[in-house]
Amino acid sequence: MTKKFKAAIIGPGNIGTDLLMKCLRSDIIEPVWMVGIEESAGIKRAREYGLRVSTDGVDGLVAAFDEAPVDFAFDATSAYVHAENSRKLNELGVMMIDLTPAAIGPYCVPPVNLDAIMADTPKDNVNMVTCGGQATIPLVASVSRVQPVAYAEIVATVASKSVGMGTRDNIDEFTRTTSAAIAQVGGADEGKAIIIINPAEPPLIMRDTVHCLTKDPADAEAITASVKDMVKEVQTYVPGYRLLNDPIIDGNRVTITVEVEGLGDFLPKYAGNLDIMTAAGLKTAEMIARRKLAAG
Amino acid sequence: MNIQGRKVTLHDMSLRDGMHPQRHQISVDQMVDIAKALDAAKVPLIEVTHGDGLGGASVNYGFPAHTDQEYITAVVNAVSTSKVSALLLPGIGTVDHLRMAADCGISTIRVATHCTEANVSRQHINLGRDMGLDTVGFLMMAHMISPEEILEQAKLMESYGANCIYCTDSAGYMLPDDVTERIALLRSELAPETEIGFHGHHNMAMGVANSLAAIEAGANRIDGSAAGLGAGAGNTPLEAMAAVLDRLGAETGVDIFKLMDAAEDHVLPIMDEPVRLSRDSLVLGYAGAYSSFLLFAKRAQAKYGVPSHEILLEMANRKTVGGQEDLIEDIAMEMARKRG
Repeated sequence: MTKKFKAAIIGPGNIGTDLLMKCLRSDIIEPVWMVGIEESAGIKRAREYGLRVSTDGVDGLVAAFDEAPVDFAFDATSAYVHAENSRKLNELGVMMIDLTPAAIGPYCVPPVNLDAIMADTPKDNVNMVTCGGQATIPLVASVSRVQPVAYAEIVATVASKSVGMGTRDNIDEFTRTTSAAIAQVGGADEGKAIIIINPAEPPLIMRDTVHCLTKDPADAEAITASVKDMVKEVQTYVPGYRLLNDPIIDGNRVTITVEVEGLGDFLPKYAGNLDIMTAAGLKTAEMIARRKLAAG
Repeated sequence: MNIQGRKVTLHDMSLRDGMHPQRHQISVDQMVDIAKALDAAKVPLIEVTHGDGLGGASVNYGFPAHTDQEYITAVVNAVSTSKVSALLLPGIGTVDHLRMAADCGISTIRVATHCTEANVSRQHINLGRDMGLDTVGFLMMAHMISPEEILEQAKLMESYGANCIYCTDSAGYMLPDDVTERIALLRSELAPETEIGFHGHHNMAMGVANSLAAIEAGANRIDGSAAGLGAGAGNTPLEAMAAVLDRLGAETGVDIFKLMDAAEDHVLPIMDEPVRLSRDSLVLGYAGAYSSFLLFAKRAQAKYGVPSHEILLEMANRKTVGGQEDLIEDIAMEMARKRG
């Protein structure tokens, strides 16, 4: 059996609990801590799964770190407290995987740029962008690796029930962060992001449309093949990630539409937007762990 | 109906909602020409933005001929008494766009959300209010929920700082009783100083009738569009609305003959196609789909050979909301596949 790397999950809410379920299945990451700020259903559940818990925030983890150290920490709290959480744990040599919009560390979309991020100097904090970013940036990159993309735009349509108050209070942050990452990570010269929230019942499954404008006429065959390869890659950690039609290619416009159904670990299946965040977070930890193993 | 002596603020949509039928290609010169004609008719408020609001320039909704900044600046400089408003849909535009529009000299910002999602508008309404703008909360597709549910959402926007709340019939679905119920409840439950507005589409030919119902139930701001230029079968024709209000003795301050001139001599000549109550727009209103889906459905019909009105019906059946234009091509492909 391979060595397992130990991890802490900060934030015992829906996201943190879903992440816990996924970590419990991992062959290389072992969740050992759940960190909250008070007794809660999520803390109770984590205790039942045999995790150590802190109800005193990251300080509780730091105080008992020698007894139960971790290699990784996932932060599923908020941008406001992430910086402090990260500082305290980085000092102990913990790699921080940031699921908040804080974005202290570089944007990370695992199938696109994780290897590049870790290649030169190892980082101690990576940021998982946004749900819309995780769902669409692989597709933008799958076009930009074929030929230069002048502009990429994504439209994320999500179920109202899957959008929490944090996102609602600062929806501009979604727009800005996703736009920036489309360019930085996706490889388009310019990025734009749109989010549409639909309250229909039963809730709709997350749907994402990616429009790329290529600099030269789009190479339909090469792009279609590249998109399909990338979809397979994402499916290794989000099995419900589906291409709805072949890419629509018209001159220099490439339009790709996917649907993202979650695994339904703790979050409902329609909330593919949340599932892809927890799945990408875990995938990131697993990829880094394997690098560490390989490096000895 | 007795609305004698009621003060009504008319708000023209031709340079914003009218961008939809014009594929966002209205030129700055055309905007200035129309704005001057509306200004001469003493229309108090003119909306100028991409059809989908600030930041709407996109592959998904269409790239406009000019930037929001160019349009707004040109119109602000062209008018003397009319004020200029801009529309902002959180999720498409951001507070950065709002600051830009404020710098260009808008007096009014209208922050639009789907009728159940008012809590995405907090940061934008807060900022509009903080900048001293006339700040409007705009609840779209308001036919989809009950008057009580609309009230709940309206109260959120009011709490963020909106001084006016709109009940917006984006699909042109409502009939006068639907409007009366919604506006009357808003009027009785919102703060007395909060203004109430109604935005209609003419898809069921109810634009004027619905707007009158709104006024009777307590609304004092009414959207319309010179010559009806707007999405679907267009907005409430503003010149007709003004003439009806004049006959009923309501006070709009608008010169109705000059407004007729603006519609006939300035707006009508720029129309790509007549904005009319076509089969497609009637289906929008009858079934309850977002009016700006119209041209997208027509394009999908041309490309995939499936009837546009059937696509629109399917968009309504799937309970789509404003902004889901990207689904139209998918639905058309699916329908084409089924037909073999």
